[in-house]
Amino acid sequence: MLKLPIYLDNNATTPVDPRVLQDMLPYFTDVFGNAASRNHPFGWKAEEAVDYAREQVAQVIGASEKEIIFTSGATESNNLAIKGVYEMYAEKGNHIITLTTEHKAVLDTCKHLEKMGADITYLSVKGDGMIDLDELEAAMKPTTILVSVMFANNEIGVIQPIKEIAAIAHKHGALFHTDATQAVGKVNTDVNEFGIDLLSYTAHKMYGPKGIGALYVRRKNPRVKVTAQMDGGGHERGMRSGTLNVPGIVGFGKACELARLEMNQDAARLSKMRDRLENSLLELEESYLNGNKEHRLPHCTNISFKYVEGEGLMMGVKDIAVSSGSACTSASLEPSYVLKALGLDDELAHSSLRFGLSRFSTDEEIDFAINQTKEAVTKLREMSPLWEMFKEGIDLKSIAWAEH
Amino acid sequence: MAYSEKVIDHYSNPRNIGTLDKSKNNVGTGLVGAPECGDVMRLQIEVDDATGTITDAKFKTFGCGSAIASSSLATEWLKGKSIDDALKIDNMDIVEELALPPVKIHCSVLAEDAIKAAINDYRTKNNLTPIEVH
Repeated sequence: MLKLPIYLDNNATTPVDPRVLQDMLPYFTDVFGNAASRNHPFGWKAEEAVDYAREQVAQVIGASEKEIIFTSGATESNNLAIKGVYEMYAEKGNHIITLTTEHKAVLDTCKHLEKMGADITYLSVKGDGMIDLDELEAAMKPTTILVSVMFANNEIGVIQPIKEIAAIAHKHGALFHTDATQAVGKVNTDVNEFGIDLLSYTAHKMYGPKGIGALYVRRKNPRVKVTAQMDGGGHERGMRSGTLNVPGIVGFGKACELARLEMNQDAARLSKMRDRLENSLLELEESYLNGNKEHRLPHCTNISFKYVEGEGLMMGVKDIAVSSGSACTSASLEPSYVLKALGLDDELAHSSLRFGLSRFSTDEEIDFAINQTKEAVTKLREMSPLWEMFKEGIDLKSIAWAEH
Repeated sequence: MAYSEKVIDHYSNPRNIGTLDKSKNNVGTGLVGAPECGDVMRLQIEVDDATGTITDAKFKTFGCGSAIASSSLATEWLKGKSIDDALKIDNMDIVEELALPPVKIHCSVLAEDAIKAAINDYRTKNNLTPIEVH
């Protein structure tokens, strides 16, 4: 029996894998020590667990455990990376380059630095969500200290040419940071292979717990430093003070280990399932895939259904938990800025759905999602005056709409 | 967002979806809203010329559940009403009947606008002066 509603919003967060939870539990009660307590076995045991997890967390991105700074999650990691580099390398320059389709944790951090005197370039993306490497090259300045480009986009799953971006940054003497929140554990994110200097990731997008993440900070070729944004006891080599979240770290470690071991088989299974979902939904007339089809994450898809309104559509797919390109909680509808950046008009941006599959998704769930989505789109179109006009060959742009 | 039972009922079982022949003289069509705002309502009435009574009403709406419910309810209320009584339908009546939350009041306003636009289309077609719409 299918249990409703079906969760297909795994780009927002994933459930904790039971194997992860199992490993975490003792660290709430029996092994509850403070990893910074050096004087007794309670502290030693906690520290031992953190050391082990730090290796697991490093391994999934091909890093050394000395390069891992634990944080509260990717938002904090992005803040630490960007603000920390800005402060540390202030003598060298104040220019940072990023994309308009980055997560708010990067964009708003950059906006904050702009107020402090930073020079920020926000590169637009191509219609398929990919960066234009020539534009990046042209945007580089002698004062550029950092290029920050996300590994994979959270709304459309598009994977950027990370190796090429890193090479351009390095050629001009800048560091390269990537927000790899959506990518780690889903695709190869080896920091040495791609030439990454700083990388943000978090546990809760890869079947680990919420509230724990990490920033990878390269130690060799070059040795990268960031100025701490949280002052205190000097934890994490002085880069991030605060008592370590030991159960969270243990869970993050286990989640990384499982991801490393199972990534390839998960990706193969999920991309098949995703393709089936996507192909079925694209059979509907006037439905469009958002983002590059080739360079993207294996487990998600983002589709726009023309002539259907987003919030009405969400109501029609009430038994599947998905995300809409429309922020429809307020009276003023704000379509997704990521989809707008791809050049989609407001209507198409509003009527998009993002499906994110997980390790726990089943074929039955996908069948159900296909049927409910198709039914909802068809039903809403039958009652849509815009669909009727489209079918009659009327150009909607030719109508003088009374905007309210 | 939680929808009221009545909104869910109208969304799941909309009344009077469809299209009337807009070329007919006794059919009035109102098309209000704009695609980029996320709401477009088309509401049509068929009027018995002799009695001035609305004999049929149909709608099609592109919009959220509340917009669909507002227009569906409007068609229900319009059928059998005289034009004069139809003009008395106030958007707050719709808000009350469907228990719309404040952020959805604009859906009821749009439905009222659609009623008035349909009536004015009918009046213009029949050489009557359009009523003033806010």
